[in-house]
Amino acid sequence: MSEDLTKAEVAEQTRDMDLLRFATAGSVDDGKSTLIGRLLLDSKSIFEDQLEAVEATSQSKGYDYTDLALLTDGLRSEREQGITIDVAYRYFATPNRKFIIADTPGHVQYTRNMVTGASTADLGLVLVDARQGLTEQSRRHAVLLSLLRVPHLVLAVNKMDLVDFSQEVYEKIHAEFTQFATKLNIPDLEVIPISALAGDNVVNRSENMPWYSGPTLMHHLEHVHVASDRDLMDVRFPVQYVVRPKSDEHHDYRGYGGMVAGGVLKPGDEVIVLPSGMTSKIAGIDLFDREVSEAYPPMSVTVRLEDDVDVSRGDMIARINNAPKPSQDIDAMICWMTNEPLRPRQKLAIKHTTRSARALVKDIQYRLDVNTLHRDQDTKELGLNEIGRVQLRTTVPLLCDSYSKNRTTGSFILIDEASGVTVGAGMIL
Amino acid sequence: MTETHADYRLSQLDQLEAESIHIFREVAAEFEKPVLMFSGGKDSIVMMRLAEKAFYPAKIPFPVLQVDTGYDFPEVLACRDNWVNRLGARLIVASVEEAIKDGIVVDDGKTSRNRLQIGTLLNALEEGAFTAAFGGGRRDEEKARAKERVYSHRDEFGQWDPKNQRPELWSLYNGRLHEGEHMRIFPISNWTELDIWHYIGREGIEIPSIYFSHQRRVFERDGMLLSESEHNPVRSGETVEERTVRFRTVGDLTLTGCVESEADTIDKIIDEIAIARVTERGATRGDDRFSEAAMEDRKKEGYF
Repeated sequence: MSEDLTKAEVAEQTRDMDLLRFATAGSVDDGKSTLIGRLLLDSKSIFEDQLEAVEATSQSKGYDYTDLALLTDGLRSEREQGITIDVAYRYFATPNRKFIIADTPGHVQYTRNMVTGASTADLGLVLVDARQGLTEQSRRHAVLLSLLRVPHLVLAVNKMDLVDFSQEVYEKIHAEFTQFATKLNIPDLEVIPISALAGDNVVNRSENMPWYSGPTLMHHLEHVHVASDRDLMDVRFPVQYVVRPKSDEHHDYRGYGGMVAGGVLKPGDEVIVLPSGMTSKIAGIDLFDREVSEAYPPMSVTVRLEDDVDVSRGDMIARINNAPKPSQDIDAMICWMTNEPLRPRQKLAIKHTTRSARALVKDIQYRLDVNTLHRDQDTKELGLNEIGRVQLRTTVPLLCDSYSKNRTTGSFILIDEASGVTVGAGMIL
Repeated sequence: MTETHADYRLSQLDQLEAESIHIFREVAAEFEKPVLMFSGGKDSIVMMRLAEKAFYPAKIPFPVLQVDTGYDFPEVLACRDNWVNRLGARLIVASVEEAIKDGIVVDDGKTSRNRLQIGTLLNALEEGAFTAAFGGGRRDEEKARAKERVYSHRDEFGQWDPKNQRPELWSLYNGRLHEGEHMRIFPISNWTELDIWHYIGREGIEIPSIYFSHQRRVFERDGMLLSESEHNPVRSGETVEERTVRFRTVGDLTLTGCVESEADTIDKIIDEIAIARVTERGATRGDDRFSEAAMEDRKKEGYF
């Protein structure tokens, strides 16, 4: 975005622009909070009172410069400890896009938070310190983003000002990371040399690195193509809520509310309702008080069927020749998120799309070392922040796809039945 | 209105709308007794609109709860009534005055009405045995809110524990509760102030008239312009004069300041916000100013 663009011009276009959700990973040492502060500041998303509060705090702490990290470290305990311990969401906009940042902590003990932030992200931003090069931590971040099927990855090589803007340093990290990424599933990778503190290649092109001809970070975030990341082929409509007005005016109305998880639905389409297997045709698709000619992800609509078939929450509407397979045996990668380890024979509640059930842990096949990608098959349990391949048996069939095919119908959460807490995140294989 | 596109793009405003509708339906399907907390402000009006859309042509399947501070703007109460009547929703009013009379909260003359709202609200939620309460909080409003989940768990005392929040992944929300606990639900978490205004403009929906430029008798206190009112006695040294103003937020009128403004249409308001250099809360809310962590403290106690 250009520097002299006013907020008013940004506002003009807010209505029609699209949305990019991205997750940032890195630790305080990598300058992640400073980078986010920089993005907010340079896109004019920071207000005077916020900046003044941060300047005052920086001064009272005796810093020589304004600590932009203070803009994003929200909770009091975080400000006291100077670290980011939870996922925080930030918002900014340029004329082309609105951005939602899931700002996640980078340390290994916060893997679950990073998994959380990455679960909804279109793009992952990994920071490395140019002086340190790739670390175990940056490799782990890339592994997690790949595991969560975040389709676009940016490696920001930060603190280039501290290595004299050396092309050699950048090229070395670039090559090393590209080599490592071949083992992962990363469809789109961009490696950008920046200085978050000084602003080089963040919004404005750096004059200090004429050898770099790629995009600035902001330019890339604004232009990366995300619309094609959605599955528009395979119709998946998890029924969320049955709309029945029971009023004189809409006496016979019966619609199925839900968010389209895949494919394009049109009136007249022949559909199958799972798990019953009954078939019907789409009579109409309602969006509030009017009918639409098609519905696609991630629209929330109400679907009416021609036949009076029995449909309720937890069912799935799909196409007759392209439907997910109902299964009680689930093979998945699970990220464990609580202190008490996951063990075989354990029983948990599971939530998949709009369907809830109970699940029994049949087997833990291996634990994945997210630093080395080594598969530890001797393990008997998964501890906090560990990820492994697990077999589950559920009380009712789930209508699943593999996570690699559809991030909505391929994901689930596990809930501890006694505490009610979310203890695991699953990606179906 | 939402347009479908040949290239299957959905504008960001349509994506936000779809996400919020999804949340409303999820809560209505999974919770026994939800309630929508309606403040009369623009954010809660957008929530009403989204709830209307989520269940149309059925009525919204939960009542609307408003905490009456006794210091509310009459224009806001009028707008509230219009909305509730149009949607045919059931309105529950929890009055701070009555909570004081009943000894539920204590008015020591120093505590603001905004703070007394907390006890009144918690009591109303408990009396109604509500298990889920929709609130209009947005994550762009304040640093503490930036970390709050869409489903925000409250213990049996109504307290929020920011360090012990449940992970929230994909669009899979966990609504499990124990006896006496409840969930605050924030369906417009991902909306910004600008999104709210664009949506109000696009939908052409009614908001309280005090958001638009009007003549009002005001006085200056602590750098804020406050409305002349019987609840807000003018102190010595303060002078009341008529100015052309509008409100950016709506709350307790003894604490909610207005700004000088000629903006009398949604488009003019959007232009004005777009060049504003101070956040809406920083500019006009006395209650957030007391400390850097003011909002976090009030949230822990059970504030919206």
